[in-house]
Amino acid sequence: MSTPGDRGGGGSPRVFLVDDHGLFRSGVRSELGGQVEVVGEADDVEPAIARIAESLPDVVLLDVHLPGGGGQAVVTAIKAAHPQVRFLALSASDAPEDVIAVIRAGARGYVTKTISGAELVDAVRRVAAGDAVFSPRLAGFVLDAFAAVPAASGAGPSFDPELDQLTPREREVLRLIARGYTYREIARELFISVKTVESHVSSVLRKLQLSTRHQLTRWAAERRLT
Amino acid sequence: MIHSEDQGSPGWPATPIWRDDGGMEEQAGWPRYRRHGLLRWRGPRGRGPLRRRQSDRLAGGVAAGLAARLGFDVNVVRIAFVVATVFTGGTFAVGYVLAWLLVPADGADGNLAGRALTDGRGLAVAAGIGSLTFIAWVIVSVLHAGWLGDLAWPLGLCVAGIVLIWRNAPADEQAAMRQLAEPLLSVTGGGGRSRIMLRVLLAGALLIGGVALLLSGHHPAAFLRPLGGVALVIAAIVVAFGPWWLRIARDLVLERQARARAEERADMAARVHDSVLQTLALIQRGADDPQRVIQLARAQERELRSWLFDGRAPGSLDVMRLADGVRLIQQDVEAQHGIAVETVTVGDCELDDDLSALLAAAREATVNAAKWSGAEVVSLFAEVEAAAMSLFVRDRGKGFDPGAVPADRKGLAESIHARMTRRGGSATIRSVPGEGTEVSLTMPRTAGDRQPSGRHP
Repeated sequence: MSTPGDRGGGGSPRVFLVDDHGLFRSGVRSELGGQVEVVGEADDVEPAIARIAESLPDVVLLDVHLPGGGGQAVVTAIKAAHPQVRFLALSASDAPEDVIAVIRAGARGYVTKTISGAELVDAVRRVAAGDAVFSPRLAGFVLDAFAAVPAASGAGPSFDPELDQLTPREREVLRLIARGYTYREIARELFISVKTVESHVSSVLRKLQLSTRHQLTRWAAERRLT
Repeated sequence: MIHSEDQGSPGWPATPIWRDDGGMEEQAGWPRYRRHGLLRWRGPRGRGPLRRRQSDRLAGGVAAGLAARLGFDVNVVRIAFVVATVFTGGTFAVGYVLAWLLVPADGADGNLAGRALTDGRGLAVAAGIGSLTFIAWVIVSVLHAGWLGDLAWPLGLCVAGIVLIWRNAPADEQAAMRQLAEPLLSVTGGGGRSRIMLRVLLAGALLIGGVALLLSGHHPAAFLRPLGGVALVIAAIVVAFGPWWLRIARDLVLERQARARAEERADMAARVHDSVLQTLALIQRGADDPQRVIQLARAQERELRSWLFDGRAPGSLDVMRLADGVRLIQQDVEAQHGIAVETVTVGDCELDDDLSALLAAAREATVNAAKWSGAEVVSLFAEVEAAAMSLFVRDRGKGFDPGAVPADRKGLAESIHARMTRRGGSATIRSVPGEGTEVSLTMPRTAGDRQPSGRHP
């Protein structure tokens, strides 16, 4: 058990749940068990913003779809005032553009609701420590998004071309994540350290969030149409 | 009862006078007309505020309400109304419409005027009719056709009032109004061929009449006067029937939309029944077998999701594209083997024979993993690249030594290796006992109608 001052590090992170299904919240609560400290929950955008600002958790487990608007509304509202609060998107939704929207708003990862309790605890710890958490599905979305249109043909102005494409190594890491590899397995496969894997993933997250790439939006728009 | 014959006499609206309840009035001093039955022109006064009577109205129920309030027979009042309208040159009709607007219907808590004030479009239409009336009046006064000018104002006000009433009246009152307007609408409203013919004939007659009047004119003044007359007649028709007709047309559209919505709902209900409700029933029956329940729930979730997000109807299995094929493998293996299959697909393309072979190999690999690995989850990752198409099937099960597979287990050798190499692809199987297995399948892409997933450095 953690002491109040010990946050994000080795102790148990303080977690806040945002999901519109009460049943799902109580399920997650029981799955997280005693391994993290659940400090509050909310079922919609407005109450979530108010209560997160009050309880200032380490990690917010955020549903992508909420009745009062997308999960990104919560991220945007909290990020401005409390940048230390980290978000992990948790969703049953398959719509990639919604997931990417929450990530671009500032969430540090995305996992699907079918995730096991142990994996979820692990993901929460990782996010609390400042790392990014990519589920296989998110890795697939990102590969898709960055591959959809060759960056060179991008008509939109971009002030940092570095942000607009993935390095071969990052692509490799994402591909392994999509294949179901854990960070440890990826490290072994590529003969690098787990820390390096983490830094690659964080770098992908940064690109995803900061890229002004016009293709990203276009990709999302196309996905919406099909 | 002496006057029981008065009750419910057919076709004749009964006012309270004739529907006497218990002979109270007889003692109160109204015996005469009852006994003789001929002088039924005046009954007892009603009590309470004036209300439009919905039960025996012709138009708005104003006359009926007034009759009930004052104790006159409703037809006496109606005749008085008509006479008054004729003698006042139509102005009285405006009063009638105003009363219709201002007097609440019996049983209603407010009058129509109150609701009309909040009806922006209705007010706009009414204002439009008012200005049309003004224009007509100006034209008429220029042409010195005084009697038409006198009619223009009451007509315009009445139509404006009726528009407001129509837009704000409750459904039953609207139905009554429509019934009243039926004979008029049968001339102007759309519908059968004969009606259209009638309308065309009417318009033609008007046109011919107008042209004839024009040609018969000799000097400028005489030439203008009939023109004004024709213009006014046309304007009157448009003004009088236009809004009604528009409203009817809009009602028709709304009705059609409502029907379309109802059909959509029925279709949705049928689909939900075929998929979700069936599954729920199965889940209830198999509640003591958690594995089966999870499997059913997963299969249903996926089907529902592909319906809601991808628009694929539940149960439709025609596989045209790679992503669909991957989804189908997931669906079948989960249903048949009760194991979770996580799929990730990057890019997509049309299926051809090569890719079908790749999918068949992938299915075999997935089934193998489900059967032998003992893992709870199998991961399936498919990626379409410009030059090749790869598919990975991975589990974290017990694994095996690929070199030690007995020769009689044809699955790996025949279904996977041979299938891939026949078409120019390759299959690699990596397995570590205790850690799991991964089957990597790669198929080079031939030129074709594919959407490359993008450039890969």
